[in-house]
Amino acid sequence: MVSKPHGGKLVNRVADHETKEKIISEQKEYPRVRINHGIAIDLENIAHGLYSPLNGFLTQDEFESVLKTMRLRNDLPWTLPIVLDVQSPHFGEGDTILLHYESFPIARMHVEEIYPYKKTDLALKVFKTDDPAHPGVSRVYSMGDRLIGGSIELLNELPNPFAKYTLRPIETRVLFKEKRWKTIAAFQTRNVPHLGHEYVQKTALTFVDGILINPVLGKKKIGDYTDEAIIKSYEALFNNYYPKYTAVLTAIRYEMRYAGPREAVHHAIMRKNLGATHFIVGRDHAGVGNYYGPYEAWGIFDKFPDLGITPIFVKEVFYCRKCDGMANEKTCPHSDEFRTYLSGTKLRSMLINGESLNNLIRPEVLNAIKGLKNPFVD
Amino acid sequence: MKISIPKTLYEKIKARIEGTDFDSVSEYVTYVVREVLANLEEEKDITLTKEEEDKVKERLKALGYID
Ligand SMILES: [Zn+2]
Repeated sequence: MVSKPHGGKLVNRVADHETKEKIISEQKEYPRVRINHGIAIDLENIAHGLYSPLNGFLTQDEFESVLKTMRLRNDLPWTLPIVLDVQSPHFGEGDTILLHYESFPIARMHVEEIYPYKKTDLALKVFKTDDPAHPGVSRVYSMGDRLIGGSIELLNELPNPFAKYTLRPIETRVLFKEKRWKTIAAFQTRNVPHLGHEYVQKTALTFVDGILINPVLGKKKIGDYTDEAIIKSYEALFNNYYPKYTAVLTAIRYEMRYAGPREAVHHAIMRKNLGATHFIVGRDHAGVGNYYGPYEAWGIFDKFPDLGITPIFVKEVFYCRKCDGMANEKTCPHSDEFRTYLSGTKLRSMLINGESLNNLIRPEVLNAIKGLKNPFVD
Repeated sequence: MKISIPKTLYEKIKARIEGTDFDSVSEYVTYVVREVLANLEEEKDITLTKEEEDKVKERLKALGYID
């Protein structure tokens, strides 16, 4: 059986057509709050059930529970605080407000609570550091001084150049049912695929009915691959090296927090909501710089016997000349002199410098990347 | 919150968690109970009306995910 939604029920907070028309015609009556791109994406993810069981932004009790126990107040595992920040709000508790991104009304929100919070506490608990050089921490420091909790209804979505690939939980669930998949391993990525990724995906696929390759699209750091590069390169891999009946490529729109272990669990919960039964956790999952140990994101899963999705831990993969293929420590007895390790950073510099990538990347994938003006965010 | 368990069971768990990552009997009991409760939950997928499901299928077809 595919995974049931986290908390048992798939949340749907998309306003129906009539409600939406009504709210938009009355929009002048509501206090208006400007939100950023990341919040607009969170709103979509709440509304479509990717963050089930959340039906809005965390209230104070829930926020504190998530920080302290990594669980919601009903004991359900939940590791990332999904919050909406404001600076000097001009409305009060009990009000209904409209959340605007640029000129678009994105959602209506019922303000249940407005509460203060400590930024350093949030940073230390979630990111295990208060270093402003950490991209997630720096985002926290730029937030307003109050959080508002309450339920939302989605009115509009941001333009999505990859709408074709952005399947919602209800859609992936119907898709898995049509494909008659009962066990599904999800693979999260923000990279173009090299043979090491394919090795991991296909190793997992050997033991389940289907693999869901599920890139994260959205705002990235400088030097990351563009959304286009990720999608085009995976299309090339899929068209040439994956059977259609065992593999699916869909994406989620989501802004990375780079919270390492805590975010790895959040990534697993999102894939559980998509219906996946297994989630592949790699080396330094959702990490950045040297803030987290290479396998720290594995240990945190021990705290959640009730997560409802099974993590699959995969050690770093390398190319071994002796084995004549991709391997990892568990499968290859040879020493380092035969091995080529291919980190994201290394592949990036090899691509930029035009170095030979024989045995490391599929030629069709390389061609797809080379066909792009610039595969990196600048 | 305090919950009672038989002393013999307490001793058994205490011996069992020695040298593991569990710091206390409470922690171990919490872990096991969470695991058991999660396994007891009904394995039921979401239910859609035929109309809702057909609408989703149409979109999946249009996007080329299913034939
Ligand atoms: Zn070898």
